[in-house]
Amino acid sequence: MNAPLTLSAKDASTLATTRFTVPGMKCAGCIGKIERELPKVSGITAARANFSAKRVAISHDPALGEDALTAALLTLGFEAQPVTENPFGADTKERKRLNRALGVAGFGMMNVMLLSVSIWSGADGATRELFHWLSALIALPVIAYAGRPFFASAWMALSHKRTNMDVPISIGVILASLLSLYETITGGSHAYFESAVMLLFFLLAGRALDAEMRTRTRAGIGALLGQMGKSASVIAPDGSTRRVPAASLEPGMLVLVAAGEAFSADGEVVEGASAIDNAMLTGESAPEPVGPGAVVHAGAINLSAPIRVSLTRVAEDTAIAEIARLMDEAGQSRSTYVRIADRASRLYAPVVHSLALLAFAGWMIAGAGWHQSLTIAIAVLIITCPCAMGLAVPAAQVVASGALLRRGLLVKDGSALERLAECDVVLFDKTGTLTLGAPRADIAALDAKARAVALGLAQASRHPLSRGLAAACLRAGVEPAAITDIAEVSGKGLTGTWQGLCVALEKPEGEGQALAATLRIGDAAQTITFADPLRTDAGATLAALRHEGLTASILSGDRAAPVDVIAAELGLAAQAEASPQAKLAALEALKAQGRRPLMVGDGLNDGPALAAAHASIAPGTASDASQQAADAVFIGEALMPVALAVRVARKTMRIVRENFGFSIAYNLLAVPLAVLGLVTPLIAAIAMSVSSLVVVANSLRLARSVN
Amino acid sequence: MTGLAFLIPIALGMGLLGLVAFLWSMRDGQYDDMDGAANRILIDDEEPLEEDA
Repeated sequence: MNAPLTLSAKDASTLATTRFTVPGMKCAGCIGKIERELPKVSGITAARANFSAKRVAISHDPALGEDALTAALLTLGFEAQPVTENPFGADTKERKRLNRALGVAGFGMMNVMLLSVSIWSGADGATRELFHWLSALIALPVIAYAGRPFFASAWMALSHKRTNMDVPISIGVILASLLSLYETITGGSHAYFESAVMLLFFLLAGRALDAEMRTRTRAGIGALLGQMGKSASVIAPDGSTRRVPAASLEPGMLVLVAAGEAFSADGEVVEGASAIDNAMLTGESAPEPVGPGAVVHAGAINLSAPIRVSLTRVAEDTAIAEIARLMDEAGQSRSTYVRIADRASRLYAPVVHSLALLAFAGWMIAGAGWHQSLTIAIAVLIITCPCAMGLAVPAAQVVASGALLRRGLLVKDGSALERLAECDVVLFDKTGTLTLGAPRADIAALDAKARAVALGLAQASRHPLSRGLAAACLRAGVEPAAITDIAEVSGKGLTGTWQGLCVALEKPEGEGQALAATLRIGDAAQTITFADPLRTDAGATLAALRHEGLTASILSGDRAAPVDVIAAELGLAAQAEASPQAKLAALEALKAQGRRPLMVGDGLNDGPALAAAHASIAPGTASDASQQAADAVFIGEALMPVALAVRVARKTMRIVRENFGFSIAYNLLAVPLAVLGLVTPLIAAIAMSVSSLVVVANSLRLARSVN
Repeated sequence: MTGLAFLIPIALGMGLLGLVAFLWSMRDGQYDDMDGAANRILIDDEEPLEEDA
């Protein structure tokens, strides 16, 4: 089937590999198309898609630049952004280390258990001694390897004079191993290797699940700054131009920005008139006309005609860099959120330490030997750090996020579910969140000929209306007409020649209708209207959110008039014309009142708000940066995943609390028995397995409740 | 007792084999793109026999 990349060593050494994020990759067909069609482009040797990470790695001739590769992907219908950093970063490494440790612990657990069961079944004498030695031989290297994540974390906590869940685990495992080794050497009757290895295995399973959640989708704020133009044509006083990288631009420079080029710094237009796509900063989908004196921002795209811009703010000072910094800071303040497992262990760890110490002291005072006292203390340590506790949170969260993923919602990490569950007020952005974001053309009135011409013209332009029209035609299965001499005139439209006729797609007469275009073929003219419709289930979603007790309102950067129309239709309160800073301020105000806001938004201008909100959700059509900042991303045209996310998050937290309740009840039962020295290794092992299975089974109920 | 001399090494060997297979599959990147693997099975190759696929 999928041909592996068979490259000879000689070829491979001369090839360059570039990685792209391709958010539009949605199904098997997309993978097939990318991997089959890209190598047909000359210079590209192979392409490999990673569907989970929505990335494509392209092996190509080094002569081929990023622009050419992006263009090749765009011809296939995929928008792509080059990724500079290695995607297999620290998070993935951490996860792989946990998985390796889990594999080793699993191997050790199975084999040691095999030997232990024989001993419990009555093996004695030389056989028991042999089995103990074999267990030691297997268990000690396994513990040394698989226990490292816990030992390292415990050491870190202790060296900062703090304690965490890993401290009692590490002490328990190390003491149990040493005591078992002593028993083995002196030919004693009890060894606890199986308890130690099994404890590590179940705890590692919990950690691995947790890490899996965290590393699902992460890339970095670099994606945001990637939106800025990478270089600009600077005009020298003598009139010649040269390309200057964005980082070397200086305020006061005069640059020439071609049509279709992204601005690489903030500035003021000094000559020429054009329209710019500012959707990234304002969330406004209609293009904005600019003329001399107008202010333009880095990251916006010049749509129609070349203009000359005098730079005012560059590199770190641009508005987009400012937004990136705000997002970074807001994100950091949220990372101080204390997760439920940490809160529990902060209370729990000291109790466990004191109990074990008390048990040891008590039995010493009662006259039992140091050996028996130590055995009992270890039993207390092991039994009070049950695997159930370690699995309680990640098991429920992984099941919930898996179920949500199947319903079109990607949750980025476990703490996101916890925060989603706590939200009590929800703020929606308008364009692209409550509405679909892209203008939709109504082409029902056009005949086949007109549709073909419309598509032929529209696909030549980056104007949002042209894109909407092209998308509508492509959905209707229209083949583009071959149109020659296509020209785009700023603020007017597109013209071309088709079968000897003059054809045009232009702004309608009179300024009344903003979202419309006139299609002219020869002398005949037709008007195509566009709409940005509400998501069909917006009303139902809001009702579902109200049912969960969340009050909703609109917080939009758009003009007041369109916002009010939507607000009236949905019966919501609305705040319009909010800048990124104003959105951030609105959220801070809510938080100051003790509310926990959930922000749902897509525009880049929502970035800081998404990062500052208690929890946040972005649609899959949002910019990379917004998806980055959000806790969860929903895919598709339905808004319902937002309400579903809140409902499932709350259910998840209920299950987590049940799991904790069960673990605590288990401890209340087991600890007294352990303290009294009544727990044999067999009972401890069975109790541990059963408690873990109960927690996992309880968590699995979530998968059913989502459907 | 003599049976153990065979059985224990066999049990250990099989366990080790499983462990090595797991570590190899992880190093080989088989868990890097789980959703992709699930989807790839649906790709229809139009010319499956022309290449060495």
